[in-house]
Amino acid sequence: MTLVADILSGDRLALARCLTQVENDTPQGRAALDELFPHAGRAHLIGITGSSGAGKSTLVNQLALAYRRSAPRDKAPRVAIVAVDPSSPFSGGAILGDRVRMRDLAGDPGVFIRSMASRGSVGGLARATAAVTEVLDAAGYDIILIETVGAGQSEVDIARLAHTTIVIEAPGMGDDIQAIKAGILEIADILVVNKADRPGAENTVRALRNALELGHPAARAMQPKGHHAALESQTAESAAPAESELWLPPVLVTVASTGEGTAELVSAVQRHSEYLKRTDLWKERERARLQTALEDLVTAALVERWRETLADETYRHVVHRLLERKISPFEAVSGLVRDQKPRNRPD
Amino acid sequence: MSERKIRVLIAKPGLDGHDRGAKVVARALRDAGMEVIYTGLRQTPEMIAETALQEDVDAVGISILSGAHMALVPRVLELLKQNGQQNVRVFVGGIVPENDAAELLKMGVFAVYGPGVNSSKYVAEIEQAVRGTAA
Repeated sequence: MTLVADILSGDRLALARCLTQVENDTPQGRAALDELFPHAGRAHLIGITGSSGAGKSTLVNQLALAYRRSAPRDKAPRVAIVAVDPSSPFSGGAILGDRVRMRDLAGDPGVFIRSMASRGSVGGLARATAAVTEVLDAAGYDIILIETVGAGQSEVDIARLAHTTIVIEAPGMGDDIQAIKAGILEIADILVVNKADRPGAENTVRALRNALELGHPAARAMQPKGHHAALESQTAESAAPAESELWLPPVLVTVASTGEGTAELVSAVQRHSEYLKRTDLWKERERARLQTALEDLVTAALVERWRETLADETYRHVVHRLLERKISPFEAVSGLVRDQKPRNRPD
Repeated sequence: MSERKIRVLIAKPGLDGHDRGAKVVARALRDAGMEVIYTGLRQTPEMIAETALQEDVDAVGISILSGAHMALVPRVLELLKQNGQQNVRVFVGGIVPENDAAELLKMGVFAVYGPGVNSSKYVAEIEQAVRGTAA
């Protein structure tokens, strides 16, 4: 209980410890989330994704610096960074190295950086990343920059979590067909071609702009998160913005190692935030995010409850029959889920 | 959640640029299932303590080959304490003369590792140091 009070009063150690509890999904972590939840919902969550080596960490460093320098230290937005790196599928261990590129932020009490291992999740974030951002939000961070693991084509979870998703590309990473494939480019609210001082940058910019022009902007506005269309369709009708109010993802160029282009990126993020608020899409995104989180929790709870009623013996037996190809996976499921008293039933 | 993951900060303070040892240790800890926060070269004791706090680590490994260990390590210990992180276990790797090593152990460092140390030794010792003090 005091942990929460300490967090709300700005105690950084309490915050760090709470994040560990939340990351490990402990009872204390859940209790803290319960208490912190009403205090959250104010921060602007900004996702940064792109392939490994595109410059995500370096750009996050520049973005955080820009926000912190936008006003005198005590007036400038407070910035939290959640940086996710992959866990080893073999040992479960991880090397979390995103801080290497963020040393400019050291010593600023208005910045809090937390590294997370993906711990087996494959969508580009860890399972607890959303909960971690809730805690940071409640702790009073105005801007939360969420850096995904190096993402290829389908790590699109970030779009479900962030209000604004920035997708970073580096020059020379593929042709114009890559640019119109489904997946990561679709989720971009802002596209950034980083390492713009490298040869081929103009070609990458052109390929991305052309790809965007091929798209159907109206469809995009109706479903800001295309992979979650079913959910969106129930809620989006009221929020569908007028034709004149469509967001076309800008394509920006940056050189993150020098900071070139950062100011333009910050103002694009600001424009996007104003756009979301003006069109009510901000609320819609929040709704989609919370609803998704709720469904995930319900699913987990139901599975847990189901597993409690099921004898290990029965489960092993079903797996065995499956292996022998005596029953199909669908038959196995209907047996396991429909049967309310499966314990020790001879077969 | 089975066993809570051990989080270790591997830090490289001082002005020498020899980070191979730090990388070897980071890799070995990763392969032992730990989460290693790696921060790169030329960290000040203040940066190390700040990172240890934000990341809520269980242990900090300090790699020093420049000979500045008697200046840098006590400072890190002091800052950790100031921040309320006296429970964080600290170990040192690098070229440390025996007398200095004994001194550092007295100050509260739980181990000092020199070149050629077997990775299974320090993995086991870090695990023990952390789990042993777990609340």
